[in-house]
Amino acid sequence: MKSRLAILTLVVLLALLPAYAGKYAVYVVIHILLLSIFSLGFNLLFGYTGLLSFGQAGFYAVGAYGCAKILLAYPSLLVGIVGGVAITGAVSLLLGYLCIRHTRIYFSMLTLSFGMMIFSLAWKWRDMTGGDDGLVGIPRAPLEIPGLFAISMTPMENYYYVVLALAILAIALFHRIVHSPMGLTMQGIRDSETRTACIGISVRKYRLISFTIAGLYAGLAGSLLPPLESTVTPPLAHWGHSAEPVLATLLGGIYTFSGPIVGSVIFYMLKDIIVRFTEYWQICLGIIVVALVMGFRGGVVGIFARKGGQP
Amino acid sequence: MRAGSPVYTNEGKKDMETLVFQGLVGLSVSMYLWLLAAGLTIVFGVLGVLNFAHGSLFMLGGYFTFTYYGLWGINFWPAIALSLLSVGVVGYFMERFFLRHIYPMDHAYQLLLTFGFILIFDDAVKMIWGGVAKIPPMPGFFEGTVSVVGRPFPIYNLFIIGTGLAVAVAIWQLFEKTWWGKMVRASASDREMAGAIGVNIPTLFTGVFVFGAMLAALGGALGTPVRVVAPGIGAAMIIQAFIITVIGGLGNLKGAFVGAVIVGTLSAYGILLFPVFELFLIFLIMAVVLMVKPQGLFGGVDR
Repeated sequence: MKSRLAILTLVVLLALLPAYAGKYAVYVVIHILLLSIFSLGFNLLFGYTGLLSFGQAGFYAVGAYGCAKILLAYPSLLVGIVGGVAITGAVSLLLGYLCIRHTRIYFSMLTLSFGMMIFSLAWKWRDMTGGDDGLVGIPRAPLEIPGLFAISMTPMENYYYVVLALAILAIALFHRIVHSPMGLTMQGIRDSETRTACIGISVRKYRLISFTIAGLYAGLAGSLLPPLESTVTPPLAHWGHSAEPVLATLLGGIYTFSGPIVGSVIFYMLKDIIVRFTEYWQICLGIIVVALVMGFRGGVVGIFARKGGQP
Repeated sequence: MRAGSPVYTNEGKKDMETLVFQGLVGLSVSMYLWLLAAGLTIVFGVLGVLNFAHGSLFMLGGYFTFTYYGLWGINFWPAIALSLLSVGVVGYFMERFFLRHIYPMDHAYQLLLTFGFILIFDDAVKMIWGGVAKIPPMPGFFEGTVSVVGRPFPIYNLFIIGTGLAVAVAIWQLFEKTWWGKMVRASASDREMAGAIGVNIPTLFTGVFVFGAMLAALGGALGTPVRVVAPGIGAAMIIQAFIITVIGGLGNLKGAFVGAVIVGTLSAYGILLFPVFELFLIFLIMAVVLMVKPQGLFGGVDR
């Protein structure tokens, strides 16, 4: 009951954000929400299914480029986002089928190579992706259903509410997923592949589902980016970007539901705050990562909850 | 982000001469990659750790050489020896105080820990040396070119090819012929058994890690006069090293050599024949090898 009240308070605070905070705060919160969606999906694969992917940025970029291409051709926010997510879903289903043959380091390496293949396409396939210039001038198209309604997205506050609504939906759906029999099956696969297979569960099938959902979440986060920034560039697909959800999840806590969300807040705030004092924010992040791996593998949420921190 | 790819391109006709010449260029690039991948694959084969920060050790080798040779004016050879020692010390601290404590953990934590080191090394390098790329001059006795198929080929590249081959022979001798090499191979194939018959495993592991770090440093150090040293090179190099070791088989030394030659020459030819999809092609090969033969072309160790 207590936690429900806390969540409700948080949602209300977020909903009222544009009323009491400036444009920059709204912009930052949008980015935190995007990273949260991205990291949640990643954690379904890593924390819940036990597969460490280093290619998630590839799917993020597929969503971002897909949505950007659609918006450039047909300026409708809904079509752009749905299209971006759908394309990413198809790509992650296909690549997932190829990747889940392996586990552990081989899985990490395989996802890394696919992610970097997407990066090299974004970087070199100039006709399609604009090459290293990326795609520019992407409109923040209105949210409309012809004949029913049309809401202008020109004020950032309006777009913020779209992102917030989608993020809450995605988080709620994620809660359902991990607490469903399917989510429990995935955790079973993480803890013991052999045992899960022995009770008649198709390990591959659930790994593929987990991979595809993770891809869809990355695609959603990616699709929400171009209307905000009005540009997409190849580094979105680079493995350095794949590391962001990894770090956010590690910061927040791997085996916890809220870990990736808390981690995203910390990751972004840390970056935002440290950058004000020193340009060397990476080294601070590096030291924190090393400290977390050495001593606090449960992450921040694990420290407070004292229950999720299983090794 | 494409360090390691050859920077020399030839505008001339794409004929036989170009192919031979470009092959030599590729071979010299391969040797840096070989020095880099050798350490990575040895450390993985023996310790079971895939060191994400291995490319950063390569980068550190370059920066130390820049300091000793370029800034302090120490002679070329002692400067390289000093850089190897310096990176060896860094490697010692990494293994002794960090990696050693997480060997029993999941592989993911080792990747994450060493990833943390990439971030630390990258910024540390920026703090100490500044962000700009630095290119010290080449030692005088390496300047100049020889004529290969009628084109000027840098003597330094020949020296690199020679060094790479010499190091390959030396490592092979080290593991086949010396007592230390035998202990390393014994603990690679059965850690517990080797420990039971009196091999001091923790010390040996530290030694192997330091050895791997110094190999990477040698690659970085030798590259200093001709390649750009900059922060972020470590991250670019480690991806190349991953590709190579995956193609050759993780933990397989011979595979690392062949993998380095494949990647080095392929990117040299690739940039000539299909410049647009060269990078894509290399990752495609990596993915196909992983899917079809995850143990690599030469068989790796299963960890």
